[in-house]
Amino acid sequence: MKKMQEKAEVFRSKNAGPFLITIDIMFDTKEEFDDAVKSGVINKKTVSERYELAEEKVDILVFPAALAVKILFPRKISSGAPCDRDVYGAQQAGCLEDFL
Amino acid sequence: MKEREEIRILSLNGLLGYGFPAESLKEGMKRSPHFIGVDAGSSDPGPYYLGSGKSLTKKLQVKRDLSLAIEASLAAGIPLVIGSAGTSGGEPHLRFVEEIIKDISKEKSVSFKLALIHAGIEKKAVKKALKEKRIKPLGETVPQLTADIVDKTVRIVGQMGVDPFIKAFRGNPDIILAGRACDTAVFAAYPIMKGYDPGLSYHLAKILECGALAGIPASASDCMCGSIGRDYFEVEPANHSRRCTKISVAAHSLYEQASPFGFYEPEGYVDLSGCDFQQESGRRVRVTGSRFKPCHGLQTIKLEGVVKRGYHTISMGGIRSRDVIENLDNMEKYVSEKTREMLPAVIVEEGYMLNFRFYGRDGVLGSIEPLREKPLHEVGILIEAIARTQEKADTVCALARSLALHFGFEGRKSTAGNIAFPFSPSDFPGGAIYEFCVYHLMETEDAGSFFPVEFKEV
Repeated sequence: MKKMQEKAEVFRSKNAGPFLITIDIMFDTKEEFDDAVKSGVINKKTVSERYELAEEKVDILVFPAALAVKILFPRKISSGAPCDRDVYGAQQAGCLEDFL
Repeated sequence: MKEREEIRILSLNGLLGYGFPAESLKEGMKRSPHFIGVDAGSSDPGPYYLGSGKSLTKKLQVKRDLSLAIEASLAAGIPLVIGSAGTSGGEPHLRFVEEIIKDISKEKSVSFKLALIHAGIEKKAVKKALKEKRIKPLGETVPQLTADIVDKTVRIVGQMGVDPFIKAFRGNPDIILAGRACDTAVFAAYPIMKGYDPGLSYHLAKILECGALAGIPASASDCMCGSIGRDYFEVEPANHSRRCTKISVAAHSLYEQASPFGFYEPEGYVDLSGCDFQQESGRRVRVTGSRFKPCHGLQTIKLEGVVKRGYHTISMGGIRSRDVIENLDNMEKYVSEKTREMLPAVIVEEGYMLNFRFYGRDGVLGSIEPLREKPLHEVGILIEAIARTQEKADTVCALARSLALHFGFEGRKSTAGNIAFPFSPSDFPGGAIYEFCVYHLMETEDAGSFFPVEFKEV
């Protein structure tokens, strides 16, 4: 079974402001997008486990116009503060690669 | 006539200083834009720039972009609009870009009318708003703001909306140079001033502020053309080797945003849920249905501010010996303990931080790294010391670095040194380190009064 990271055209993370991380998973075709959404693989439980967050801190939005699923969760350390590891939040999606 | 009903806008690139092909600017100018706009700021590079007063993009980068843009805008007799000057849009950032503009004016022997819009917010005003409970955090993890934290803040800026830009446009300047501004305000102010639909204006602005990022291939270092009519807007990259597609334009509303269905501006909410995207030609997309819902009651200003957390020094190197790689956790523990033991007492009493990052193992994700136990053949080590002064940070880093190099663990075979340092010196003072402490909305009856417009002849 192929992972989302292989199926998706875009699999990225980024800051949405200094206190929030957003992950966008975007597909090339409507079929792939519909399959991904129907499969339920992208869910709050998996995301909250991987990032060690309470489930209610995770938001998942489905955006058909761009064949995209958006994941949102708060940062534990704000961008660029002492002990932060990713100022732009650009490399946080890797944590999910093997689990979606 | 369709031509006359439209307002055309040229966006220089995603961030002033990021560069763009000169050919793209020429191509964009052929469409007779009503103005050239460029966003020069972002909070994305972290708190350092607002704290230090410095710009992420360097003087010569910014000068290159501005020289070409000023030349084009003066030749066409249209305004050039720059928002969030110098990355963070505070007073030192505004001066940084103003000086570059003055240099260009001297070198090219041209003079023009400059409108400066200030965005620094006085601490007094923030504390007053705090007392009157007109301040709220933007997100649940944003720390609570107190008068004490406001006092400790290095600098506070507010993101201006479209009104200060409209005021500046009315003075007919050649260049508008604004401090911290909503990315959209740079591009939306003009069409809104001319009576175009605010929903479409803001949505178009949201796409234009990133340069050609909504194009395929995407780039923040290229120009984007936009036009707005009565009930639609269109976008198309200036560069013929890029194109906009329905999906690339729709997808742009995901980028760095909490929601693709809409976004908040100081003046209200822009609802994108009813948008329709149509491919007009091979490279151009038409958008309809972006709706604006004005806020009722008080206007809001988004505030940004940072506190200084000390100074830091880093040392980095590589580890290639199996025995050392097997003892990374032991190394971290040993070095942390011994550093504390051997530092001058004053540094320990004042407080310091010592952070290790092991790249190849869990350098990016830290403790949540799922592949942390995977066998490694090489690891990058980054040692970071944070202390009250640069000298003290240098001291902590130097001590920790030598302890790590010579850490004698059980079973050690690479007994001459544990780390390959690529450089001499091996340690780099990194200057001050900051943290965002203000990321709040301030309610006000008169948002415009916080962003004074100043006209100057250059």
